[in-house]
Amino acid sequence: MMDRLSAHYWLNEKTYAAASSDAVIARRREALERFEAMGFPTKRDEEWKYTSIKGLLKPAYKLVSPFASEDSDEQVEFKDIKQYMVNDIDCYKVVFINGCYSSWLSETTHQGFDVCTVGSAWKKYPEMVDAHFAKLSSQGGPLSQLNTALAWDGLYVRVPKGVIVDKPIQVLYFTTGSQPTFISTRSLIILESGAHAEVIERHQSITKEDIWVNAVDEVFMDDNSSLHWVKLQHDRDSASLTQHSIIEQGRDSRATFHTISTDGKLIRNNLDFRLTGTGAEANMYGLTLANGKQLIDHHTRVDHLAAHCLSRENYKGIYDGKSHGVFNGKIMVHQDAQKTQAFQNNDSLLLSDKARIDTKPQLEIFADDVACSHGCTVGQLDEEALFYMRSRGIEEETARAMLMVGFASDAIEGIQHPSLRAKLSRLIGLKLGLNMEFIV
Amino acid sequence: MLQIKNLHASVGDRDILKGINLDVKPGEVHAIMGPNGSGKSTLANVIAGREDYTITKGSIHMEGKDIMEMSPELRALQGLFLSFQYPIEIPGVTVSNFVKTALNELRKGRGESAMDASAMLKKMKASLALLEMDKGFLSRPLNEGFSGGEKKRNEIFQMAMLEPRLAILDETDSGLDIDALRIVANGVNALRGSNRSFVVITHYQRLLDHIVPDHVHVLYDGKIVKSGDKSLAMELEAKGYDWIKKAQS
Repeated sequence: MMDRLSAHYWLNEKTYAAASSDAVIARRREALERFEAMGFPTKRDEEWKYTSIKGLLKPAYKLVSPFASEDSDEQVEFKDIKQYMVNDIDCYKVVFINGCYSSWLSETTHQGFDVCTVGSAWKKYPEMVDAHFAKLSSQGGPLSQLNTALAWDGLYVRVPKGVIVDKPIQVLYFTTGSQPTFISTRSLIILESGAHAEVIERHQSITKEDIWVNAVDEVFMDDNSSLHWVKLQHDRDSASLTQHSIIEQGRDSRATFHTISTDGKLIRNNLDFRLTGTGAEANMYGLTLANGKQLIDHHTRVDHLAAHCLSRENYKGIYDGKSHGVFNGKIMVHQDAQKTQAFQNNDSLLLSDKARIDTKPQLEIFADDVACSHGCTVGQLDEEALFYMRSRGIEEETARAMLMVGFASDAIEGIQHPSLRAKLSRLIGLKLGLNMEFIV
Repeated sequence: MLQIKNLHASVGDRDILKGINLDVKPGEVHAIMGPNGSGKSTLANVIAGREDYTITKGSIHMEGKDIMEMSPELRALQGLFLSFQYPIEIPGVTVSNFVKTALNELRKGRGESAMDASAMLKKMKASLALLEMDKGFLSRPLNEGFSGGEKKRNEIFQMAMLEPRLAILDETDSGLDIDALRIVANGVNALRGSNRSFVVITHYQRLLDHIVPDHVHVLYDGKIVKSGDKSLAMELEAKGYDWIKKAQS
């Protein structure tokens, strides 16, 4: 597969070159070389110790031509995708079908700030994209390098100094087709000083075929900016996602990420925060509900590079069937990062004997005046609590589901929009067999 | 209301209940007293249907129905309520959601429709007032971070909401200060009626000053060794449990 991907790049290099500067092409070539040198990750790599992508490499994927205005093989109708959108909150919408921008399904803007696509930003604001593209991802692993070489489109947001984006930005990456398809998506978010934005992101396959989306997000947050990002990962069990989001945060900036992973074949999330300015704050919340043969892997990393920064992490997971969860949370407190506060927590419930969680907190501290903590628990549903609930007349199945919803609830309580929160609790309730409206 | 005949129960190899007989009539309040380890809590849990115990002999009937094979939720549907000695903390489930779910599950079981929101709210407010609790309770996660007194008041609040026919109060008084004890006892007394019975399990006579029992039983080493009226409780308070132990050994 590696050879095919490399060949795909060389075959299309002219198209890439026509769309961007020589500097960007140089970065693509370097990334491709790094990818070829590293190869696809295997379980021998420390970062991939618990997660094998062997199964992902098997299908003969179709590769979409870069900068295509659409994937001409595939037609999608609104009725096919409406159910996957958040419809009850007024949002900007940026919709992609097989990696290609779909203007008729989208609602973008350039008034006061830009909410559009990287593909169009390359035409409109080439200097801006050139200045940022691959700046953060250059140190990433093989899949990030592969993305840098091949990706050409994804969400583009740029918010000038002091501007607050008035409504959430919903970005939807749909995949479809009659054959297995590999997609690279790439987003670029630039928040200038004091800017604020909210993003709701979803990857959704509407085909039975194997899908692999390999995504990279680069997020640049200037002083005092804030960002709230919700990742909804409820994809089909034939769809896999590997994603690396890298966030560089300036002074007093605040980023909050919610990752809600309930469905999909293999999901690998890398969240990578670089707190470079004093007083920056990064919050990560995750909720994983896995069953069947799902593999859901969360790798987080926070580099505390400046003083007085705060990072908070709370990941909850419920694993049933033969599912497998991975949580690897790395916190690096660098020498100058005095007065760092870093808190990390990972709680898991295993509902079956065959389910499995590998959890690995990693703290590396090179500063001497810091407050850091990490904790993890792995357990089963509390039998005492079940008896308590049943003795009040609640049927066992409902009691189990309520306990699970309760366990999961603090992973979503920070989501700002009540209707999105309610939608999520309904979805979680449904997934857990709680067939009732449940308000968290 | 409740007939227990020659009840024997064990955990693993250990026999805990060794032949309990108890007959509770509608409207009656029975107090069960006894030293630590005599089997009081086991009795409460066995009646409520906890699965950790094995019943080796005897029977439990509620209003003539054998409840021994029933699940805890089915027993609740028959009108049974157990106020826990140590109420369980349930993170992420609010008091209001919990009690709404329980009440509506019981209604569903009786073939009634779910209670509408305004009636539910009204009932909650009345029950809160009974226990001198403020509305803030409703949105707190169930028992999480509650003080001992708050947990016990919350148990009686749930009892007021669910309106059982037979309530077992397992050491509802332990750990309560005088004010909380008065509030809890007032709550219980307000719920007394000709068609509702109580089994009050306690270590101390103090609670029985507030909730006056019709019958008092002393449980020792898995058996009821003495029964009487409320004066028996006074006697136990004055003399302690040692004379009971001596009489048995």
